Amino acid sequence: MKITKDEVSHVAHLARLEFTDAEADIFTSQLNNILLYMEMLNRVDTTGVAPMTHAVAQQNAFRDDIVQPSLSRDDTLANAPDARGDFFRVPKVIE
Amino acid sequence: MELNQLTIHALQEKIRSGKTTAVEIVQSVFQRIDAVEKDVNAYIVLTREAALEEAARADAAIRKGDIRTLTGIPIALKDLLCTRGITTTCASRILHNFVPPYDATVVEKLRDAGAVFTGKTNMDEFAMGSSTETSGFGITRNPWDLKRIPGGSSGGSAAAVAADECIAAIGSDTGGSIRQPAALCGVVGMKPTYGRVSRYGLVAFASSLDQIGPFSKDVEDCAILMNVIAGYDPRESTSVPAEVPDYRQYLARGIDGWTVGIPKEYFIEGIDPEVMTAVRKAIAVIEGLGAKCIEISLPHTAYCLAVYYIVAPAEASSNLARYDGVKYGFRSPDGRDLLDMYKKSRSAGFGAEVKRRIMLGTYVLSSGYYDAYYKKASQVRALIKRDFDEAFKQCNVILTPTTPTPAFRIGEKTDDPLQMYLSDIFTISTNLAGIPGISVPCGFTQGGLPIGVQFLAGHFEEAKLIQIAAAYEINANLEKRRPTL
Repeated sequence: MKITKDEVSHVAHLARLEFTDAEADIFTSQLNNILLYMEMLNRVDTTGVAPMTHAVAQQNAFRDDIVQPSLSRDDTLANAPDARGDFFRVPKVIE
Repeated sequence: MELNQLTIHALQEKIRSGKTTAVEIVQSVFQRIDAVEKDVNAYIVLTREAALEEAARADAAIRKGDIRTLTGIPIALKDLLCTRGITTTCASRILHNFVPPYDATVVEKLRDAGAVFTGKTNMDEFAMGSSTETSGFGITRNPWDLKRIPGGSSGGSAAAVAADECIAAIGSDTGGSIRQPAALCGVVGMKPTYGRVSRYGLVAFASSLDQIGPFSKDVEDCAILMNVIAGYDPRESTSVPAEVPDYRQYLARGIDGWTVGIPKEYFIEGIDPEVMTAVRKAIAVIEGLGAKCIEISLPHTAYCLAVYYIVAPAEASSNLARYDGVKYGFRSPDGRDLLDMYKKSRSAGFGAEVKRRIMLGTYVLSSGYYDAYYKKASQVRALIKRDFDEAFKQCNVILTPTTPTPAFRIGEKTDDPLQMYLSDIFTISTNLAGIPGISVPCGFTQGGLPIGVQFLAGHFEEAKLIQIAAAYEINANLEKRRPTL
């Protein structure tokens, strides 16, 4: 086993997901199959190979610090499931 | 021929010579949609009224002599490109009601070029899939055989072009999501170089791999669309300020004297024999045009899929963290507190494949596993890119099958994620290396399913792809067929 059902539950919490018991069983089995397939990478000698994180070598893209128009507050809040005044509303955070 | 069956360049001729109008073209496309969309289901949203208004404005402009590259041409957009005032769902329940307050850069560019938008096309949820079966809004069917999938994730865009439900379409390609459905639906699809087309307004899946590109009925239309959408965008930090050539200039140049690499790792057991035969025939056509085809090796090919299914889910798990029920999209009403609201919104809003990839990505990035998976995959990725760098020292372009099989049956691979992932085996390396690729139709199976051949070139060498694809298309003498719907 590459990943246990307990680990699946822990990762689900990290990812802010929750599963039924039956779903967790399916995910555990499927993730195990996929992770076993990935074992093949251990056959590749990568000693001294720098990891590639981007397809095209690009430096940081800077621009001058000039104020430009951006989305209005109304546009920004228009898609909110719940908003009041100038704010997004969320359920209670602190007891 | 109906107007909806024509190419961009044929319609441009008709518009310029006054033989038709933008309104007639748009009406023809919507008549076709009315006739076949119930079978194909290529679209999530149709924007008929807006399209007819835009067409009327286009005709007014034409009368004033203002005829642009795409004036009056009906184009469909994959539903992960932000469109101001029109829902952009990514085929996910979690974004079912999201109305972007701005247009993606490609949408702006197409609009400025005169295009008329027919609607937003179906796709795998958040572009995660190879069959358009993970859509939260129903499956799309392959116009060549309604019992089969159109490919994915841009299956709606490919099917819409193949079924003449638009003249051309835009999609996105993270591991083959333009080229694979293009091959399976018998149309032309190009994934440009990473950085060639601005992704501003493209909903992100895997940011080091995603790229926007066109679907079209022929290679000339692909060149026309690339002329419109390519180029640097100061709003997109990974777009590259490289000069964009006029791709139409490369349509008639031929490939005499070229060397075309045939990677032995792409001609392996397990490929459908009819696909193999069609691609071998394509190689013969290429040789007949004065190019030399040589065997090359891309030694790390076997590792591409494993690398991809670490890198892409890792990036996706990060990108999709933003869907939390606060700023837009679906919020579960059952959350007891903030954390519970996050979990319930995300668990109800995302489908199974998206959750599987978020889980995989979160796991490979989690403490204790990062080096074993993500770092290792990123190192092998560097070797995969190095393979291509070496290969392009020996050849101008590379030729491969686009897919190992023709379109498979609906439901055939939904229970086994790994089998589904394997259908992208020939397209994934392109995204990992960041190079451009194009799929062009190269024949049909006995059962009448389309087959595609793929050409790959070095960074920012899309012009070479247009050049060889156009030369091939003109000389392949493929039977002209249309899906019977």
